[in-house]
Amino acid sequence: MVKITVNGREHQLDLDPDTPLLWVIREHVGLTGTKYGCGISECGVCTLFLNGAPVRSCSTPLSAAANGTVLTIEGLDTPEGRAIQAAWADLDVVQCGFCQSGQIMSATALLTQNPSPTDAEIDAAMSGNICRCATYARIRSAIKQAAAALA
Amino acid sequence: MRNRIENLSRRRFLQQGLAAGAGLTLGVQLSGVSRRLDAAPSKPDAAAPLEPNAFVRIGTDDSVTVIVKHLEMGQGTYTGLPTLVAEELDARWDQVRVEGAPADAARYNNLFWGPTQGTGGSTSIANSWEQMRKAGATARQMLVEAAAKRWQVDAGEIQVRDGQLSHAKGQRASFGELAEAAAGLVVPEDVFLKDPAEFRLIGNARLRRKDAAEKIDGSARYTQDVSLPGLLTAVVAHPPRFGARLKSLDPEPAVAIRGVEKILRIPTGVAVLAADFWTAKRGRDRLSIEWDESDAFTLGSEEILQQYRELAATPGAVATARGDAEAALASADKVIESEFALPFLAHASMEPLNCVILPEGDGVRVINGEQSQTRTQAGVASVLGLKPEQVRIDMLYAGSSFGRRGNPQADFTSEAAEIFKAAGRKTPIKLQWTREDDTRAGWYRPLFLHRVRAGLDAAGKPVAWHQRIVGQSIAAAAGMTSRLVVDGVDRLSVEGASDLAYGIPNLYVDLHSPTLPVPIQWWRSVGHTHTAFAVESVIDELATAAGRDPVDFRMALLEGHPRHQGVLKLAAEKAGWGGALPEGRGRGVAVHESFNSYVAQVAEVTVRGRSFSVDRVVIAVDCGMAINPDVVKAQMEGGMGYGLAAALVSRLTLKEGRVEQSNFHDYKVLRMDQMPRVEVYILPSAEAPTGVGEPATPVIAPAVANALAAATGQRLRRLPLRLA
Repeated sequence: MVKITVNGREHQLDLDPDTPLLWVIREHVGLTGTKYGCGISECGVCTLFLNGAPVRSCSTPLSAAANGTVLTIEGLDTPEGRAIQAAWADLDVVQCGFCQSGQIMSATALLTQNPSPTDAEIDAAMSGNICRCATYARIRSAIKQAAAALA
Repeated sequence: MRNRIENLSRRRFLQQGLAAGAGLTLGVQLSGVSRRLDAAPSKPDAAAPLEPNAFVRIGTDDSVTVIVKHLEMGQGTYTGLPTLVAEELDARWDQVRVEGAPADAARYNNLFWGPTQGTGGSTSIANSWEQMRKAGATARQMLVEAAAKRWQVDAGEIQVRDGQLSHAKGQRASFGELAEAAAGLVVPEDVFLKDPAEFRLIGNARLRRKDAAEKIDGSARYTQDVSLPGLLTAVVAHPPRFGARLKSLDPEPAVAIRGVEKILRIPTGVAVLAADFWTAKRGRDRLSIEWDESDAFTLGSEEILQQYRELAATPGAVATARGDAEAALASADKVIESEFALPFLAHASMEPLNCVILPEGDGVRVINGEQSQTRTQAGVASVLGLKPEQVRIDMLYAGSSFGRRGNPQADFTSEAAEIFKAAGRKTPIKLQWTREDDTRAGWYRPLFLHRVRAGLDAAGKPVAWHQRIVGQSIAAAAGMTSRLVVDGVDRLSVEGASDLAYGIPNLYVDLHSPTLPVPIQWWRSVGHTHTAFAVESVIDELATAAGRDPVDFRMALLEGHPRHQGVLKLAAEKAGWGGALPEGRGRGVAVHESFNSYVAQVAEVTVRGRSFSVDRVVIAVDCGMAINPDVVKAQMEGGMGYGLAAALVSRLTLKEGRVEQSNFHDYKVLRMDQMPRVEVYILPSAEAPTGVGEPATPVIAPAVANALAAATGQRLRRLPLRLA
C-alpha cells in the first residue's frame, strides 16, 4: 500500500511501486486532465506538482510520491495558477488542448518561482513542454499577461 | 432589413464550389432533426425543444445547441461553425453550446466530398458556410413566426437581437420561451440570409473559443481519457519493418505479469490486454517475438533518394505543358538547375493514436477523435462483418491530428476492431499506441525529390520552367485514384507546382509516382508541403540571378493574380521589407496559394556561424471573409509553426528499412525557444470563406530558406535546413 494525497484527498493504492505516477493519477485516482504524450519526459504533457515542484509524472515512479502531495490541473487553485488560467482564457491560447494542462502547470511553476520572467526565461522554462499546434506565441503572451495581473 | 442580395452571393458561392469540382452534393441539406437517431428517446413529458434541422436545437432552457459535423482537432471548428449558426439566429454567444455530430453521412456529409462524412482539406468552414447559416436562419424564422402568433403582430415588425425577440409595443421573449411554440410550426423551406453588413458575430475578433474553458481546467475529454466498466486497454507489438510478419510468439514472459488478461494475434501484430495501460505496456514489452522479415522492406532513405534521382533523369507523366519549355531552356540566357529533397515526416500529433470500441445492440460503438467517420465505419464494419450503419461513432476532441486521424485505410480504428474481434466481441477495448508506435508505424508524409530547371532571358525575365517531381502517390495509397489521378498524375503530388501562378510562358511539370511499401498519407497541407518549398526557392533564386528585389520580381510575375499580390504586398509592407538589417541577419519572403487561401510570409533570421534562429515572421492571409479573425490568426501562427518544425528539425529516416527515430528525443519538433515572434494580418475580403487550417504551413520553409540565402549566400535545398 502506498499513500498519496492528490488535490487534498488521500488515496491508499495497492500498486506496483514502479508504476509511473501519471498512470496512477489517470487510471487509479481517475483524474485524466494530466496526459500521456511520450513516456520519457520529452514532451511535458504529464506535468503535475509533486510536493510543490513540477515533475514529469510519466517518468516519476509511484514510490517517489509515497506519503507525498500531488497537485494536478483539476486541483490547481493557487493565485499564480488562477492568473495563468485567466490569461489563457483571455488570449484563447488553446487549440487542440491536449498539451495545455502540462503547459499551464509549467507556466504556473515558473510564475510561482519568478513573478516577472523575461522572454528568455519563459523560453527556458517552457521549452520542455511541446505543443504541436505551436501555440507558443500565445503561451508567451499569456504568461506575461498573468505576471502583470499578479504584480 | 433583410434582403435578397445574399442570394446572389449564395449563387456565386455555389458556382465557386462547382468550379472547384467540389463534390456531388452541393445543395444545402438541412433535412432531419438534430436529435441523435441512435440515442434513447427523450422523456415524453420533457418540454419539446425546437429542432428545425440537423444542426441546431433550441431548448426551453434558452440554450442553443449547435451540432457540429466536423472534428475539433485544434483548428477551431467548434467555434467557427457555431458562429455561422449564431449569426443568422441572432443568438447570444454565451447561450451557444456545441455537440459533436454522430456518424451519419446522409445528414452530416462534407458537402465538398459527396456522400462522405469527414474533416480535412481545410474545408470545414468553406463547405458549411451556406449550410450552417441557413440552419440558423431557419430556426430564427420559426421563432419569429411563433412570436408573431403569440403577440398577434406582423412577423416583419419583430426584432431579434442577442437571443431576445421584441416588438415595438413592448412585448419581449427569449428563445427558450418561444421554443416549444416554434417547434409546432412547419419548417420553412426558404429563408433569408443576412446582408454581411449586418454581421455581428461573423468577423468579431472578441468571440472566444467554445472549447477553451474545458481545455484550460483539464476536463476536456479525449479518447485517451475514456474509461468504461470492464474496459481493457490494448497495447500492440508492431513489426520492426514494413512488410514483416509474425513468425513465432512466446507469450509466457508477458503472461507472467500480474494483470495481463489476454495476448492476441492480430493481422498487424500482437496485442496485449490488461485493465490498465501500464500493465498492458509492460506485457507488450516482455513479449518474445520472432518476425519473418523475408518479404520486408529493407531500403534506407538515402537509397530511396538515390533511386528517385535516377528516376528524375527520365521523363514522367505530364502534369502541365504550356509552350515549349525545352526549347525555351535551350535558348535561355541563364539556366538555374536545382534539386530539392524532403524527408518522410511523421504527423507526431500530441495525443498518440488510440480508439475505443465496445459492443452495442446489433453492432458496436466507436469512441474516437474521429476525423473520417465514413472510412472508420467502412473499416470497422469490414473487420466485424457488420453493415457500416451498425458502427456508431462518438466523436471526441482529438489531441491534434494534422491529417493522421483521417487515415485513408482507417488503420488504427480497424486495428481496434481486430482486437475487439479477437477478444470475443463482448469486451470494451481501448487501443492505445505508445509514442514509439505512433512514430514508427508508418503513414508518413512521403519523401519527395524535385528537380527544377528555370531559365531567364537576357533581360532577366523568366522564360522557362521545368519541374520534375518524384514521390509516392497519396491518392494511390488512399485508393482514390479514380478521383485524384488524371493521366497518371496524382493531383496531390503536383498541387502548388502544376498550377504555378507566376507568368512564365513555357512551363512543364512532370511526375514519377514510385511505389514503396512505406505507408504514406496526407500531412497538413499535403502536396504543398513540398511543392511550395521548391517553387518559392527557385523563384527567389531567379530574382537574385536577375538582380531584382524578390518582392518586386514576384509582383511583376503575378500580374492577373490580385490575391497573391495582395498578401505579398501586405506582408512586405508590415515586415518593413527593404529596410536595412544588421550583419548576420537576413529577410526572406514566400507566397503560396493552397486550399483556395493565399498566404505570404516574411521571415527574419539571425545567423551565428553554422547555426541560425528565426526571429520574426510576418504573415498576411487572404481567406475570404474571416469568420473568427482570432481563430484565423491562431491557425496562421500555429500552421506556420508546424511548417517551421519541418523546416528546422523534423525528419523521419529509414535505415535498412527500419525507422531510425522513435520519440521526441530523436524525432524533433518545434519547441518554445525556436518559436519566432509572429504577426498576422488578414486581408479584408467579401469573398466566401476558404480554409485556414493548412495554408500557413507550406510557406515558412521557403521563406526561411530565402532569408538564409539573403544572409549567407547559401541556397539550402534540403529539409530540414542545415547551413554548411
